[in-house]
Amino acid sequence: MTEGLTAIFLVAGAGFMLIAALGLLRMPDLLTRMHATTKAGVLGAGLIMVGAAIYIGQLTVVVKAVAVVAFLVLTAPIAAHAIGRAGYFMGVPLWSKTHTDELEGRYDPETHTLASSDKPPGDATAKAEKDRGRDEPGS
Amino acid sequence: MFDYAIFLAYALLSLALVLSFVRLVLGPTLPDRVVALELLASLTVGFIGVAVVATGRSAYLDVAMVLALTAFLAAIAFARYLEKGGHRSDD
Repeated sequence: MTEGLTAIFLVAGAGFMLIAALGLLRMPDLLTRMHATTKAGVLGAGLIMVGAAIYIGQLTVVVKAVAVVAFLVLTAPIAAHAIGRAGYFMGVPLWSKTHTDELEGRYDPETHTLASSDKPPGDATAKAEKDRGRDEPGS
Repeated sequence: MFDYAIFLAYALLSLALVLSFVRLVLGPTLPDRVVALELLASLTVGFIGVAVVATGRSAYLDVAMVLALTAFLAAIAFARYLEKGGHRSDD
């Protein structure tokens, strides 16, 4: 019973990690690759850790496995956010079929701060005023 | 039967390791390689989990914990380097 459950968790976890690697290889740009690796990779490692905890069955091992899973779940989104942000500032090209980039023109290229949609600083201001002038010619 | 399951898990993880290594070599940009390295670290954590079951030595879980910690720190350091010190790829 324990062995069967462990086998299911191990093979399922390894399968999810294979899907993550496949997505990393096949996806077209950085953000979609991160979408594949972050979620499927953490789920795969977590399932394998659950399998190990079930198989050994001692309290200390279960606590260690839970700690590893909790750490992965806590840190993976932070790391993905940091890398995605860095990639966006580096000007990594988006996929050719990307149709919405809501951050375009909203980041200050020098300070890397996000401007609000009301009063964007720097060259984003000029762009926003140009757009506004085009929309309301009377103002 | 159980041995076959462990063998299958090792085989799937090895194939995943090869695929992510191909992306690590191909690139094309540095953030892509950082993502590939991060997945390599996650895959190694998975390998250690399977090794714990295969050998019955639970002490390997400590290694998995430390590896997850250092991989996170490496990813944050890489991201900081790319954002503050990297060069833009479109100029």
